[in-house]
Amino acid sequence: MITAEPSGPAQEQQIVSDDDVVRVRQLVRAAAIATKLSLVDQTKLVTAASELARNTLVHGGGGHARVEPVTNGFRNGLRLVFTDQGPGIEDVDRAFADGYSTGGGLGLGLSGARRLMDEFELVTTIGKGTCVAAVKWER
Amino acid sequence: MDRVPILSLRDVLLVSIQVDLEDQLAVRLQEDLAERIVATGAHGVIIDITALDIVDSFVGRTLATIASVSRVLDADTVVVGMRPAVAITLVELGLPLHGIRTALNVDLGLDMLQQTRLSAGADRETDVVEASPDVSAPQPVPR
Repeated sequence: MITAEPSGPAQEQQIVSDDDVVRVRQLVRAAAIATKLSLVDQTKLVTAASELARNTLVHGGGGHARVEPVTNGFRNGLRLVFTDQGPGIEDVDRAFADGYSTGGGLGLGLSGARRLMDEFELVTTIGKGTCVAAVKWER
Repeated sequence: MDRVPILSLRDVLLVSIQVDLEDQLAVRLQEDLAERIVATGAHGVIIDITALDIVDSFVGRTLATIASVSRVLDADTVVVGMRPAVAITLVELGLPLHGIRTALNVDLGLDMLQQTRLSAGADRETDVVEASPDVSAPQPVPR
């Protein structure tokens, strides 16, 4: 369970094409700069966003991203939420294993993104879709 | 659709990625490069990623594929100009960049290609001399 309260307006981006993955990256980068994350943390966050957005497109058949500044009372951060109405993930443990891929990729999308973020939550329902929420806190 | 320009300098192809690399553009670059290597007979490829503020698994995999394809076409690939934050992120992401050689800038990348070319030439000569012995052949009797 991620404890993070919204501290500013959220921004949304549809993900239906490759171009949208780039748009998500740009949106997250701008928000990370506004949240005053360090350069390394910005880079990790944008990279994780790129992986998750591509998952939403390739595995979820498209969906949308929400980018929202948050606080836990001590620190500021940025929450990313990716939602799709795709087939869902049958074996979540395997989906998180490095090198496991059903989309012809390297299988680093989920596991890599989880390593790059501070908090990570995945909810999936077969036949209904998948929602990934992740937070990066400022140091 | 956009294309990443490929410059031909002597026997090296130079690519400087200056745009946010969208997946299709990365795939297209991979195909364009393979064609240009064959068309120009280039022996080296330098990919400058100074302007890239992230390298995700897709771009990383594309770079690795470019390096492998180039190798098959008798050209070596060096990726140059990776930002420090990108290097840290790539390692944490867990991306295996096997087969990708890196240099800090284009200049050092050119040096690296030249070195490889020289030592490859030397290896080829020694290969002839030290061809692996046929195990089924009778072993020479030591004197």
